[in-house]
Amino acid sequence: MTELTNLTVAQIRDGHRAGEFSAVEVAEAFNANVAGAKALNAFIVETPDHAIAAAKTADADRAAGTLKPLSGVPIGMKDLFATSGVQTTAASHMLEGFVPRYESTVSAKLWDAGCGMLGKLNLDQFAMGSSNETSYFGNVISPWKRKDGGNAALAPGGSSGGSSSAIAARLCPAATGTDTGGSIRQPAAFTGISGIKPTYGRCSRWGIVAFASSLDQAGPMARDVRDCAIMLENMAGFDPKDATSLNMAVPNWEAALSSDLKGKTVGIPKEYRLEGIDPDIDAMWDAGIAMLKDAGAEVVEISLPHTKYALPAYYIIAPAEASSNLARYDGVRYGLRDLPEKAGLQDMYAATRADGFGPEVKRRIMIGTYVLSAGFYDAYYTQAQKVRTLIARDFEAAFGVCDVILAPTAPSAAFGLGEKTADPLSMYLNDVFAVPASLAGLPAMSVPAALNREGLPLGLQIIGKAFDEQGVLNAGLAIEERAGFNARAEKWW
Amino acid sequence: MAIDQATVRKIASLARIAISDAEAAAMEGELNGILGWVEQLGEVDVTGVEPMTAVIPNTLRLRDDVVDADPLTGGNRRDDILANAPAPQHGFFGVPKVIE
Repeated sequence: MTELTNLTVAQIRDGHRAGEFSAVEVAEAFNANVAGAKALNAFIVETPDHAIAAAKTADADRAAGTLKPLSGVPIGMKDLFATSGVQTTAASHMLEGFVPRYESTVSAKLWDAGCGMLGKLNLDQFAMGSSNETSYFGNVISPWKRKDGGNAALAPGGSSGGSSSAIAARLCPAATGTDTGGSIRQPAAFTGISGIKPTYGRCSRWGIVAFASSLDQAGPMARDVRDCAIMLENMAGFDPKDATSLNMAVPNWEAALSSDLKGKTVGIPKEYRLEGIDPDIDAMWDAGIAMLKDAGAEVVEISLPHTKYALPAYYIIAPAEASSNLARYDGVRYGLRDLPEKAGLQDMYAATRADGFGPEVKRRIMIGTYVLSAGFYDAYYTQAQKVRTLIARDFEAAFGVCDVILAPTAPSAAFGLGEKTADPLSMYLNDVFAVPASLAGLPAMSVPAALNREGLPLGLQIIGKAFDEQGVLNAGLAIEERAGFNARAEKWW
Repeated sequence: MAIDQATVRKIASLARIAISDAEAAAMEGELNGILGWVEQLGEVDVTGVEPMTAVIPNTLRLRDDVVDADPLTGGNRRDDILANAPAPQHGFFGVPKVIE
């Protein structure tokens, strides 16, 4: 029999349904992989009992003929989703020991669909980072190594780096991620897996630890496009508890998957051709263009003229929203309290927040506080929101002549841990291709497309029109079928 | 416009984050680096452009005006709400003394 931990979500679902194996066998196999992969530090909390309990229910439901859409599928849950009775930290000291008394909407939907939880996945602290080096619980390590004879530990990307590392290492077949400025797509690209950020509002934000609320959007990460479609169907849907939730029916994305792109037009944004970029990235992009042509699509060059302003706008808007959202951590209602001897209330706030937040989180709160402060608000924040309007208009104009946009996901392959930590700006620049779609709220996904000359995976990004996840998934599938990416990290952990 | 250490300390105070002099010194350089970089937004012509207020057009809803419309967010959850408080007392959040 095939190794159970090599199966995709669809294979586990269908194989379980057909009686080829029990859900308990599947859960046990993944639990064993999780327990044996401490060196990756992908999980903050392991929950093998949760996975087994859901598996027993799945096996009983199969016997009773009451199977659910994801019965028997164990998954990883990014530790940004509140899980009832299971510590939820956002990888911060501030929330260490915080045990929610409620369940986030997205995780509740997945449990209702029959999934079990293997554990809570590590991430960048409060989802702020692109390399998983800001977690209070230590760096996540990518299972991938460069083929240069060296042994450098590589970043799994961020902020959903626990999710990407765990899937690439076969510790779980799929996981939840969240994407504020690339946090699903960039880690997926770094580890040779797939991930989709749906249209803003598709997945409820209720019960997700807030970072930048106008950008935060949950989405699935998995090994292939079909699994992303299956997962997304079971995560999305209207939720009255989220004021920005879309009141729209959830399409049957899996059933409508088709890699036939005849009649579709793919836009290639000329501003994404960066001077001095790694030639492997451009070569992969050109190969991707050829694959979509082969699938029947027409290819046109498009222009997104405000692209270079997306990152600076993002680094005003996201910190501004973060400084407001993170004001809730006051040492009074939940989380850490640091009460120095004889301290008053104000001193307690300051001490608690100094102790509970890591350096990157403090940096972003400080930037956000500054750009929102009296006298600077218009120059920074209002200007950034106007630029954001222009970026959204760029996409609108482009979608007048094309159906989807194809670009690289990230400007490089995975970098080594520690290589970019000295300079926050160089880390921010890694999200240059991911941030524009976030600012415009558009669905976007990354699919693995090639290995670079160091043997590391590279990802292609597909950006679609608002609400057209299907178009994004279909173009992703066309690339997946043609790229034939089946490389995986050699086990060293 | 560059910020100095006094401004860094002022921002930290507004953000309620205690910082040492050494941290303020380090942050001065980091924040100036980031702020200097985002200032390129000033070169974009935004004449007549409205700032974005909603990324995907949506209308705000009103829920029915009933008690406990959603059991998850309704009333009578005092013990749940206090369960993660660092110093609850007598069914309330506890804070250091604020009135002499």
